[in-house]
Amino acid sequence: MADPMRIRAAVRDGVVNVKVLMSHEMETGQRKDAAGKLVPAHYIRSVSATYQGKTVLSAQWGPAISKNPYLEFNFKGGQKGDKVIVIWEDNKGEKRSDEATIA
Amino acid sequence: MSISMFMSEYKCVAVAMVMVASVFDASAQSSAVDEIARYRAQLQDGNPAELWEARGEDLWKQKRGPKNVSLEGCNIGKGAGVVKGAYAQLPRYFADADRVMDLETRLVHCMVTLQGFSYADATRRVFGSGSNRSDLEALTAWITSESKGVVMNVALNHDKEKEAYNLGEKMFFFRGGPHDFACSTCHAESGKRIRLQDLPNLTEKKGAQLGYTTWPAYRVSQGELRTFQWRLNDCFRQQRFPELVFGSEISIALTTFLANNANGAAFNAPAIKR
Repeated sequence: MADPMRIRAAVRDGVVNVKVLMSHEMETGQRKDAAGKLVPAHYIRSVSATYQGKTVLSAQWGPAISKNPYLEFNFKGGQKGDKVIVIWEDNKGEKRSDEATIA
Repeated sequence: MSISMFMSEYKCVAVAMVMVASVFDASAQSSAVDEIARYRAQLQDGNPAELWEARGEDLWKQKRGPKNVSLEGCNIGKGAGVVKGAYAQLPRYFADADRVMDLETRLVHCMVTLQGFSYADATRRVFGSGSNRSDLEALTAWITSESKGVVMNVALNHDKEKEAYNLGEKMFFFRGGPHDFACSTCHAESGKRIRLQDLPNLTEKKGAQLGYTTWPAYRVSQGELRTFQWRLNDCFRQQRFPELVFGSEISIALTTFLANNANGAAFNAPAIKR
């Protein structure tokens, strides 16, 4: 099971700012290990964020994203005290879902 | 024209050229330094060190080891289980172990005495790599983060603390290895850099404070959180010294020397570095 994400969400003037830190190897599949063998690709392929059942962000990622990625985005209309849910899924089918309360 | 006149003219030209070169160097260097500072500021907000901190906090509170107890009974200097501000006073002398210890050594001590791990098990993975993660690095990340903003105050009250400081100072200036290097070769002059990295002058208050208070750090180039034990270990490797043994007397002596020199500055790590 992958480590939890660190999510911070805060509302200001009706705009919610969300900061997400994900724990992931983000292996490109291009690198070779010490024995000269290719290290298999392992990276997050899709990221989505939902607020009250509505998708507020949907992203398709690839191997160009760094290890332990950091994502920051804004959306309109969130209320203080409500939850934002962030989900990622990687190319091995592994998933992680975490939530944060809007401050 | 006499030879001496020729010499003095030649010298003048040479001096002028050196001056031009140094002025040019200074401007090129400061803009590179500014850019690195800007890069760090951009990354600071999403410092992945937080991932290590979160894991470290869990590890501290989890019941682990053959004795199935948590580390909450561990005294890292301010009493059993007190974490807040503890790192800013380390290394220090611990009577129960009768030696000076830094945070990492103290954690290993607690893992052995409290949790019942063997020393070999507790130090099996002191530096993590990829999926081979280090519990010690995570614990260190969390505990040091609890000292963020706390003013460094490493005391030299006990004789063994003074002894460690003096030994650390000796080591800092000790030249050896195939390159005849010492720590001071790179860290005793201001305005030096290696490639684009500034080298702090650790013999000055400002440099010592800047250097010490920004470790541990998340190294972007490695994708790992690195502790001060790792920093020293890698400095020894770069000097082509024999490997610095984890938790050894000399590693703690050097840490004591550098930490004490940083006294008075606010601790500011885990940081993020290139």
